[in-house]
Amino acid sequence: MEQFHTTLGQTNYLAISIFFLFVLITLAITYWAARKTNTTSEFYAAGRNVTGFQNGLALAGDYMSAASFLGIAGMVATKGYDGLIYSIGFLVGWPLIMFLIAEPLRNLGKYTFADVVAYRFSQKPVRIAAATGSLMTIVFYLIAQMVGAGGLIKTLFNLPYEYAIIIVGIVMTCYVLFGGMLATTWVQIIKAILLLGGATIIVLLTLSRFNFNPLNLFEAAASQYGDQVLSPGGYISNPWDAISLGLALMLGTAGLPHILMRFYTVPSAKEARKSVFVATGFIGYFYILTFIIGFGAMVIVGQDVITGKIGTIGDKGGNMAALLLAEATGGTAFLGFIAAVAFATILAVVAGLTLSGASTLSHDLYVNVVKKGISNEKGEVQVAKIATISLGILSVILGWIFKGQNVAFMVGLAFAIAASANFPALLMAILWKKFTTKGAYLSIATGTILAIVLIFLSPTVWVDLLGHKEAIFNMKNPALISMPAAFIVGIIASIMDKEPSAEKIFEDEKLRTYLGVGAE
Amino acid sequence: MENKGLKAQTLVNSPEFKELVKKRWSFSLIMSTLMLAVYFGFLISIAFNKQLFAIKITNNLTLGIVLGLGIIVFAWLMTGVYVQWANSSYDKTVEELKNKL
Repeated sequence: MEQFHTTLGQTNYLAISIFFLFVLITLAITYWAARKTNTTSEFYAAGRNVTGFQNGLALAGDYMSAASFLGIAGMVATKGYDGLIYSIGFLVGWPLIMFLIAEPLRNLGKYTFADVVAYRFSQKPVRIAAATGSLMTIVFYLIAQMVGAGGLIKTLFNLPYEYAIIIVGIVMTCYVLFGGMLATTWVQIIKAILLLGGATIIVLLTLSRFNFNPLNLFEAAASQYGDQVLSPGGYISNPWDAISLGLALMLGTAGLPHILMRFYTVPSAKEARKSVFVATGFIGYFYILTFIIGFGAMVIVGQDVITGKIGTIGDKGGNMAALLLAEATGGTAFLGFIAAVAFATILAVVAGLTLSGASTLSHDLYVNVVKKGISNEKGEVQVAKIATISLGILSVILGWIFKGQNVAFMVGLAFAIAASANFPALLMAILWKKFTTKGAYLSIATGTILAIVLIFLSPTVWVDLLGHKEAIFNMKNPALISMPAAFIVGIIASIMDKEPSAEKIFEDEKLRTYLGVGAE
Repeated sequence: MENKGLKAQTLVNSPEFKELVKKRWSFSLIMSTLMLAVYFGFLISIAFNKQLFAIKITNNLTLGIVLGLGIIVFAWLMTGVYVQWANSSYDKTVEELKNKL
């Protein structure tokens, strides 16, 4: 087979032009959105005027990060079937969001998921705890995205790492600062359409070489790399590890603050549920595409190029697989387009994270803790904007500090905290009448601390990063321990501690929870 | 206002409302359990019997690929079933109860 040569790593002017066009268009949208973004409900929730379908696309946009596009395609390209097992974990949390969380969250809350965790409890301790869990999730996710962005852009645009993260930092801060949730939502929608469209074209170009029959592609993969690429390999060997990671991915999705925040942008619980249906459909479709893209890259580009055995572009994780395939099937111009889409993807995801972090800082901590719930519209928006700028600067600094570090574990950590700190408290607040203030903050603290400590002692950090011989905690993801622990602590603390006022509010707010009467 | 508040309290305590809450969580619980069972069933089967997933249904189409892609489609269909149920059954009761306020 002829050796495939890539232009990746050289300056691709078309990619740069398309990317700048994307930035220009999205900044124009931000300018338009800025005039409609004055009140808190406009800044945090786009005035609650987003339709269910639009929000579904925006949710998909928030969730389909560059890491899942490039990382999962790369995992399929290098390991075959195992990549599919991984991506399924990211999808199956969505139905749970639908069945357990979306509607009560929409009806009970205002801007953040902490609104629902805290609505019937003593505000200060619960808000602080929920805000901590929320910020931890956001910051670890943000670091992973920024470092990935810097490295990726370096390869795609031949641009120094530092420039790349500064550009990402400035542009995304502009979106959030001036256009709030409305601009961020439209950036997500445009990005989702570009990403889904781009991935669809790669798949069509790939399948055109196989008579549009995926089975022929699988056959080519099996004949080149052996039958084992078509069935599970070494990814799941220890069942406990598999269950633990599965829990983190599934329940972590249902505890991601920037995802949960999106349910406040739609006018009603009915639209909220519709948006989950739309989002799940698009995300599922996207994972099916990445599966085919992975096999396409394996066959057409070849594993040796993807993993860097031949040439200089590949890496062990196969992160360039999708891009190499785009070039191999569509030429340099198409590579430029996909590279620009990947950059836009990063931009949109960090904007969503930043907005959610800013709302936590201003709405949960400033208004509900410092100001004790007394908010004046103008002051709160101002604080949210200051928080946005601070987070923008922080994300650039963190991207700088972690340059060249292996931050892949941080996504796992973000999901572990979301599954252990955010999800249990949120679910118990929605469902359990006898849940108490103490139960809530102790549950969140247990989940957060256990997730962080255990991942630090796990093989991912203790052995792979710190170079110790044997891990103290022998599981790659801590969710199997930290998530049930958060539930147990929350339940025991609540049973030992009666809170009649919280039980009364739980009953009083039932019309709001179930009928949407009086919902914001 | 005072009058409306009283009625709201009566409504919350009415058998119809309690029935609605019960119906909502029973359905959610069944759907969630089904999703959890399918996903963890999938993971555990892989952990214990990889051979099963390598079985070829036709040329180069393994049972693993069918099941894997099947779960993605299944997850999406589940959200569709829920929307369908909520729009037709749940919302209807919600409207009836709201009208009583």
